[in-house]
Amino acid sequence: MHIVIIGNGISGITAARTLRKHSDHEITVISGETDHFFSRTALMYIYMGHMRYQETKPYEDWFWSKNRINLKKAWVKQIDTDNNHILFSDDSGMHYDRLLIASGSKSNKFGWPGQDLDGVQGLYSFQDLEAMERTTKHGISRAVIVGGGLIGIEMAEMLHSRHYPVTLLVREQSYWNNVLPAQESAMITRHIREHGFDLRLGVELKEILDDGTGKVKGVVTSEGETIDCQLVGLTAGVSPNIEFVKSSKIVCGRGIIVNQFQQTNINGVYAAGDCAQMETPPADRRPIEQVWYTGKIQGETAALNILGRPTAYNPGYWYNSAKFLDIEYQTYGMVLPVLREGEEAFYWEDANGKRSIHLVWRKQDRRFIGINNFGIRLRHTTFNHWLKQQATVDEVLRDIRAAAFDPEFFKPFEKELISAWNIQFPDHQIQLNNKRSLRARIFHS
Amino acid sequence: MSEINSSLSLANPHPANYNGTQKLGLALIAIGVLSLALAWVGIGKDQALYFFIAMLAGLMGGGLIYFYGTYGKLPAGIKNNRVFFSSIASRGALGWMLGIILTGFYISLYFFPKYLNGLISLFDPLSQLVRGKDSDQWFVYGTFYTIAVLVMGIKFMMKYRHNRYQLIRTSSVTFFQLILAWTLPIIMENLYNYGPYLSYFWPLDYDAIFPGSLSYVLKSGKLGQFVVVWGLIMTFVATPILTYFFGKRWYCSWVCGCGGLAETAGDPFRHLSDKSLRAWKIERWLIHSVLAFIIILTVLLLVDNAATGKVLGDAAGKSLAKTYSFLIGSIFAGVIGTGFYPILGNRAWCRFGCPMAAYMGIIQRFKSRFRITTNGAQCISCGNCSTYCEMGIDVRWYAQRGQNIVRASCVGCGICSAVCPRGVLKLETGPENAQRTGIQLDSHGLIPLEAVKILD
Repeated sequence: MHIVIIGNGISGITAARTLRKHSDHEITVISGETDHFFSRTALMYIYMGHMRYQETKPYEDWFWSKNRINLKKAWVKQIDTDNNHILFSDDSGMHYDRLLIASGSKSNKFGWPGQDLDGVQGLYSFQDLEAMERTTKHGISRAVIVGGGLIGIEMAEMLHSRHYPVTLLVREQSYWNNVLPAQESAMITRHIREHGFDLRLGVELKEILDDGTGKVKGVVTSEGETIDCQLVGLTAGVSPNIEFVKSSKIVCGRGIIVNQFQQTNINGVYAAGDCAQMETPPADRRPIEQVWYTGKIQGETAALNILGRPTAYNPGYWYNSAKFLDIEYQTYGMVLPVLREGEEAFYWEDANGKRSIHLVWRKQDRRFIGINNFGIRLRHTTFNHWLKQQATVDEVLRDIRAAAFDPEFFKPFEKELISAWNIQFPDHQIQLNNKRSLRARIFHS
Repeated sequence: MSEINSSLSLANPHPANYNGTQKLGLALIAIGVLSLALAWVGIGKDQALYFFIAMLAGLMGGGLIYFYGTYGKLPAGIKNNRVFFSSIASRGALGWMLGIILTGFYISLYFFPKYLNGLISLFDPLSQLVRGKDSDQWFVYGTFYTIAVLVMGIKFMMKYRHNRYQLIRTSSVTFFQLILAWTLPIIMENLYNYGPYLSYFWPLDYDAIFPGSLSYVLKSGKLGQFVVVWGLIMTFVATPILTYFFGKRWYCSWVCGCGGLAETAGDPFRHLSDKSLRAWKIERWLIHSVLAFIIILTVLLLVDNAATGKVLGDAAGKSLAKTYSFLIGSIFAGVIGTGFYPILGNRAWCRFGCPMAAYMGIIQRFKSRFRITTNGAQCISCGNCSTYCEMGIDVRWYAQRGQNIVRASCVGCGICSAVCPRGVLKLETGPENAQRTGIQLDSHGLIPLEAVKILD
């Protein structure tokens, strides 16, 4: 059986590895982007000089032939599901017995005038990175980033590392406050400004200006201001990269519609990762999930189903992480920007404004719902355990030391956190567990 | 990618943007380098003191001012911007030149010290002051070494000032170099005519228990006896116990002088270590061969000595010992180990050659509480951990599978954990087999089948 996978990102590659682990079928992975799998999350570090492309490849190049995974560099143009055939942009083709589409995302463009000019780009693919290198090759006087999310801040950090001034246009009144609660959003807003970025809140992009040769020369904002720049970063989210699927019989919505087994409407055709849209998403999950680990789990799920082991997509409890310049962020469970009905919350922030913890629980039975931690590392498995056990917020706080994951000798946060809690909730006093003596800290840290 | 930086700076270079503080630092460094160069070729012999002060103030003061100008005003955080664009830190033309200069220095030091005569006299004033006698090549080397660890150690602490593990660890390794490997031997030499290093033990200090050294050391009375007993206790009792509890890092990145130089002056080159599987295979053969060599050699020499030369014959024993001293002690540890920093990275000796590291590595791999744990499934495979591992461990290989990292070569520097953008890695020394609850990924980094709901 020949299993063909379109896309060599985390979903496609996880699928290929799972297939190889459990079977001897012929496996081919197709990508037009790069010869080998690389970590998309590390694109920014290549531009910043922290790594080169080769360091972003999680497997050495011999890995693929050793595991008998064929790699083909091509762009797919069309899929003919009646004849199990895919067509490449050079009009050559390939037969498949099972097909997995894991073609990822592309950056959103919202019909702004000038959005296709040279120098306007998102940051998703290796080609985007190359475009950024091209645009900034001879230096630029300023870049404007549109959109206040994770990719926006990454792009700003990239350009900043090369000492180019950056202006960020953010529609919201505070950074990423459509995802983060107000307190964390304020902290990140402060941190972005501390790094010297020109952050414009409540400002939108109206138009991108042409210098007469098809290149960017500036932008006009919703306030009517013109900002001169040679690079415009569009980072207002991503959407499924499925243009080549649309002419086929595979049913698409915003993404390729799949059931919980990653199956499309066509027998033998599957989709996974950013490009897939769940018909009925699991609880607390969006139909299209664009994070690294869901791509990984969906790739694995698709592979198991291809092998005839019916397996439903089960991402478990929500979690995520990111880094905003120097501040790390993790979240476990659900902390929404605005509390839902019946939820209660507690927020603690360190005096220096670089560390914080935000806890959310259900009022009626005090069941723990989620946590945001900034500048503090917490243990994934411990929180997963608490969510599974339906622990109360009081239990979580009492045992919070068990979840601490900061490096040794880091300034502990637990006592400050608990004393702030005890002041705010005198009726629910907490006594920290696991007081760590010096001896215990040395020998059982 | 497209940008290559030809600056000589090892600290976040951007020539267009030097601030006033950095320029002042660079000017002082230039004066220091000039004084050193002039003295080396023999100019200023009569004013050695002034040249020495100019050299010392220029290199140390200038260096510190420059680094302060570089890091002091930036927000605390990871500072790896442009590392791979730097010619000197990324095997560009300048990196190769620096490699050749350092290698040449080591070859002169070990085999042709007369070429260092100018430098040696430059250090006479200091040597007279602290030891009451003229300098020699080893005094020059030890002093330079200590200055490098001090200045670059302070630079490292500025760079990682947000990370208390790095601050404490670097203070420790700098302290041991300055006090145990420089000051104390000088004091003891003044007092007892014998200046042992209390922070080096067999098998790294390979001839520590050779019959020849033993009889020499024991001649210096009570101190000599103490040093021998101290060394034996450290090698055979303290090392296994400490390595069991803390991993080999208690020595390699907290105490050892070779490690001290690697962690401070060598830090800008840490990303140059080879992460390939092939390099790991070479590492295992090479380092364990060196360990076997020194064990066999030492045992042979001791047995031979006990049998008054009847086993080996004096000449054969001596020539074997000389072979080790030349190949391993000088060429591997010095010329390649440090001279090749800009080519092989800062831990080539520690990774491929050091018998002490090999010995502790075996304990760490098979019987130690030390490991680097992975934070559930938070890893995004970005590769910062592997890139900045000075020991060439492909940390990401484990992290993306949710596996603990238990590797013989890990010196516990903690940089993988520091550069991780998602808070995934933690150096831990809790009890063995501590079970953590929650998801355990399978050996392929995937959710295990039985954890996924299977429908019929």
